Amino acid sequence: MAEFVSLSQGIEAVLSDGCSVAMEGFTHLIPHAAGHETIRQGKRRLTLIRMTPDLIYDQLIGTGCAEKLIFSWGGNPGVGSLHRFRDAVENGWPHRLEIEEHSHAAMANAYEAGAANLPFAVFRGYKGVDLPSVNPQIRSVTCPYTGEVLATVPAIRPDAAIIHALKADREGNVLLEGIVGVQKEAVLAAKRSLVTVEEIVDDFGPRNANAVILPSWAVTTIARVPGGAYPSYAHGYYKRANDFYIAWDKIARERETFLAWIKENVLEKGPDAFARHAQPQREAA
Amino acid sequence: MMTATPTEMMTIAAARLLTNQDVCFVGIGAPSAACNLARLTHAPKITLIYESGTLSTRPSVLPLSIGDGELCDTALTTVAVPEMFRYWLQGGRITIGFLGGAQIDRFANLNTTVVGPYDAPKVRLPGGGGAPEIASNCGQIFITMAMGTRAFVDRLPFITSFGHGKGKGDRAALGLKTKGPTKVMTDLCVLEPDPQTAELTVVSLHPGVTREQVQAGCGWPLRFAPDVAETPAATEQELSVLRDLHIRTKQAHGVAA
Repeated sequence: MAEFVSLSQGIEAVLSDGCSVAMEGFTHLIPHAAGHETIRQGKRRLTLIRMTPDLIYDQLIGTGCAEKLIFSWGGNPGVGSLHRFRDAVENGWPHRLEIEEHSHAAMANAYEAGAANLPFAVFRGYKGVDLPSVNPQIRSVTCPYTGEVLATVPAIRPDAAIIHALKADREGNVLLEGIVGVQKEAVLAAKRSLVTVEEIVDDFGPRNANAVILPSWAVTTIARVPGGAYPSYAHGYYKRANDFYIAWDKIARERETFLAWIKENVLEKGPDAFARHAQPQREAA
Repeated sequence: MMTATPTEMMTIAAARLLTNQDVCFVGIGAPSAACNLARLTHAPKITLIYESGTLSTRPSVLPLSIGDGELCDTALTTVAVPEMFRYWLQGGRITIGFLGGAQIDRFANLNTTVVGPYDAPKVRLPGGGGAPEIASNCGQIFITMAMGTRAFVDRLPFITSFGHGKGKGDRAALGLKTKGPTKVMTDLCVLEPDPQTAELTVVSLHPGVTREQVQAGCGWPLRFAPDVAETPAATEQELSVLRDLHIRTKQAHGVAA
């Protein structure tokens, strides 16, 4: 059964130095508050896994938490580059970052294989491209029925998965709706998990057609962190802060402005700082 | 009489290729603008799919990212990302994939990964994302890219998504049954693979653009089709719908997507 904890207890419970972690979210419900707590706790040598590493992974890389990144698209969506990611890969700052690079299809399949307790994922992909020449984990298998050669990648089995969701009920069941990404697969593929939620309710009530439920016995820990996905969004709670994504480009471009921002907004703050973003934002006039 | 900017002309030329029968895998930026322009003008029944899992979405403004809430709110349904790539893309249910990239070569292979050596890159780009499998699994590929010698290069440092390889027949040799890139829409012209060699060939120049201007924006000696056409000028309706879309988007996001 999932245990209800504070955010700092949750990070301590699921993360240790040197472990692998998938903080997933496909644009929606990105676990920013949990990422900040990871930085505050000074975790080191993490292998960060995510299809679309964006601002929070830029922050984890720039503060030296990461040793390795497994990913398929690393950018600031709709804005441009991740400057801390680029600085680590191009210049080794704050230290060298090992990368294992895939396509989206490969990672989505690899999470599914992890959730399904299979050793690898098989799919029709990587035809004619250079990624297999720089990533020895990309291999192939011959179909025993048709003879077709198909791409394979190892299943993703993180030590920990961390996601943000909309609601938990008092039994510790978790609800996600809207764009649900690969969060369910990441939690089921991982050895242990932390789910931060907007609120804890007696009953989920009416659900959207594509609601995803993670049963309490499939989740390790749950922490209530209202606004915990900001500046990404929580469907039905608050909108994506596009202006922050745009602002991040300037903040992250230089090491000094980045470090000053981290000090002021992460190191000197706690998870409560996210609560003000949980208020439904008014539509722009 | 309104006149289109080169970027608007690129978007409008791309939008004109789309029909009500198409199921499009839409990327952010010019592809998204083109697909929604088509939907708001001549192809109201076009099916638009974004890789975040939104099927048949009808956004009223352009999304800043592929996972904006607007896409989910206006979609017929939204599926998980593994299902998106397994059932819908790999399942062969997408007729057109729309791609852009940092660099393209004469056989419409694309690079969005790295400039310089992979292990010691001069510029680390975001990477392939969905593109490697979009390029191989969609029925055909349309590409939108602004011309310039840094983008249209003689030799790619890295192939992120496969176009026509080193020439005609390379796709088939890899076992690919889809058509690959069939059109490249730029801000100056439209290119198509030559039927014999698969090398990109200029088939149409946008109004007022010369062959010299197009060549100046390309890092290899360009081929021109025997009868190069002039792209029909943007109509008042195309331009006003596109500009309204950008104005609505800017109001919604504080920035034009």
